[in-house]
Amino acid sequence: MNTGPNKGDAVLEASHLTKTYGAGHTEVVAVRNATLTVACGEVVALLGPSGAGKSTLLTLIGLILTPNTGSIIIGGTTVFDNNRTQVNARRFRRQHLGFVFQKANLIPFLTAAENVRLAMEINDHPSRAAKRRAMELLEYLGVGGRADNLPSKLSGGEQQRVAVARALANRPNLILADEPTAALDSVRGRQVMELFRQVAHEQDAGVIVVTHDHRALDVFDRTLEMEDGRLRTVGNMTH
Amino acid sequence: MNLAARDIRHNFGRFVLTTIGLGLLLMLVMGMGGIYRGLVQDATLLVDRIDADLWVVQKDTRGPFAELSRIPANLEDRVRAVPGVLSSRGFVSTTIQRERNGQPLRMTVQGLSWPQDRGQWLPIVAGRALDRAHYEMIADESLKQAIGEKVRLGKDTYTIVGRTRGMTSPTGDSMAFFSVHDAQAIQFDLSGEAIRLERSARYERAKQIDLGRSQPQVIERSRGPSSGIPALGPPVISAVLVKVSPGFDPEQVRTVIAKWPDVSVYTSDGQRLLLVSGMVDKSRRQLGMFRALLVIVSGIIMALILYTLTLDKLHDIAMLKLMGARNGIILGLIMQQALLLGCLGYVVAYVVGQWVFPWFPRRVVLTPDDLWLLGGVVVGISILASLIGIAKALRIEPNEVLA
Repeated sequence: MNTGPNKGDAVLEASHLTKTYGAGHTEVVAVRNATLTVACGEVVALLGPSGAGKSTLLTLIGLILTPNTGSIIIGGTTVFDNNRTQVNARRFRRQHLGFVFQKANLIPFLTAAENVRLAMEINDHPSRAAKRRAMELLEYLGVGGRADNLPSKLSGGEQQRVAVARALANRPNLILADEPTAALDSVRGRQVMELFRQVAHEQDAGVIVVTHDHRALDVFDRTLEMEDGRLRTVGNMTH
Repeated sequence: MNLAARDIRHNFGRFVLTTIGLGLLLMLVMGMGGIYRGLVQDATLLVDRIDADLWVVQKDTRGPFAELSRIPANLEDRVRAVPGVLSSRGFVSTTIQRERNGQPLRMTVQGLSWPQDRGQWLPIVAGRALDRAHYEMIADESLKQAIGEKVRLGKDTYTIVGRTRGMTSPTGDSMAFFSVHDAQAIQFDLSGEAIRLERSARYERAKQIDLGRSQPQVIERSRGPSSGIPALGPPVISAVLVKVSPGFDPEQVRTVIAKWPDVSVYTSDGQRLLLVSGMVDKSRRQLGMFRALLVIVSGIIMALILYTLTLDKLHDIAMLKLMGARNGIILGLIMQQALLLGCLGYVVAYVVGQWVFPWFPRRVVLTPDDLWLLGGVVVGISILASLIGIAKALRIEPNEVLA
């Protein structure tokens, strides 16, 4: 649950992150000395061509992969430093991070509401409270009427909204979204992006969205670009 | 939230079919165990029920069930004279196969020493014990003959007056009980032509010896029935069953009779041991081996089923890990399904078995001990089988969601 920084405080401070695959002449540097800060309530777009290292950077921040060097502080907690993860990665993910991907990746044998509840029950929330919040989130995201449907009965847009609800369930400090609108049409895609913005502002969460969709860039507070593993700021938006 | 139950709900048809398949496999394991137990019980059934302390058989044989035993019928009287013997009765046992209504009719003929032994100790479920010395029989219901039916065996016709349940021989044949004399008549039945030829041969042999020439009546006698010729002796029986008087040690009585040079004596325990360790031992061990193999095969198949079920969920498991789920949640998902599959398969095995086993040609005996043991084995192999799936699940990295 997000009990850490206030609006404007840094929710993420990633410094000098480097990630390489392979060794010797087969070595590939996926992320090169990337430094990044995201504030509470800030929505950041991460652009760049395929293979630039965007998804890798996201997985490093999400404690899915381990950086070779650098440090990561999330919500004031140092999670990676001195070449080692400083926290229980799985516990930290369920308590402080939310993920949304290109595919919704909903558990196919759970209903929409159960998918959201699961994220909370994994985080030791009582079942009744989880059920209530799941319904609130689904209503908030406009899919409350589909709560009892299995993912196979939902449209792509509805599935993605459920995935967003699941990512929000534990009130994370940081939401990491990897091309969340790639499978959606432009209207639905924009709706999801605006949803992130709304959630970030209302829940004081930082949001990093990897995207190729330049049409929705106005939704973001800041745009970063990656190329060959290097990260650079493209621009700040004014809303 | 119980993920295992929800996964099953989602793939209900597949789970039901898998459970039925596993249940049928476990039914084979259960049935094999039941046949094994039935074989042992069948082997000792008669010895357990016939209420005899000692079995007197032909010298150096392991009769009357393990091998052929032939002793004179009057041995019954000699035995009765031994101190400590309460009663003795002749016993005949032989397996025959005849044809009836175009179908083979196979049975183990047991001769009871009428009138002392009328078969009142038998588990008669319909009809009555033997009332007459001749032409009555008690048949096991597995022979599929009704009360009052008449069965022609040899030159005589026997009426079924009683039906027993579960009386089968160690070889699995249905038992039928007659008086000793009727059993002998069935055992030594010869066709009319064979009797005529034997009498003719006997007559020719008698004519050629001095006694025959000097005593013409002997030649005439040799043309008559065997029983009318003293030198040929009465028909033989298989064993004499001895009941020891209260207060006497059966072992002491056995020692006395065992000194006779023409017989061997076994206690009931000895006879039981002969049957179990000798006659049915190979079948018993073979069934035991087959049963063990079936358990292993069931375990392997269960492991494969559970592994496949886990493979189907690899992406979901990776997602659970990415969401931060503890290993316990993932293990619970696989282990609960394994146990549910095993337990429901066991129930299917038992229920279907209750319906199918009575149709088996050999008796299938399910004892509570065996059922508990198999239940334990099923739980054990469910857990073991799930380990491969669990090992696979634990190796999955959360970033596989991104793949």
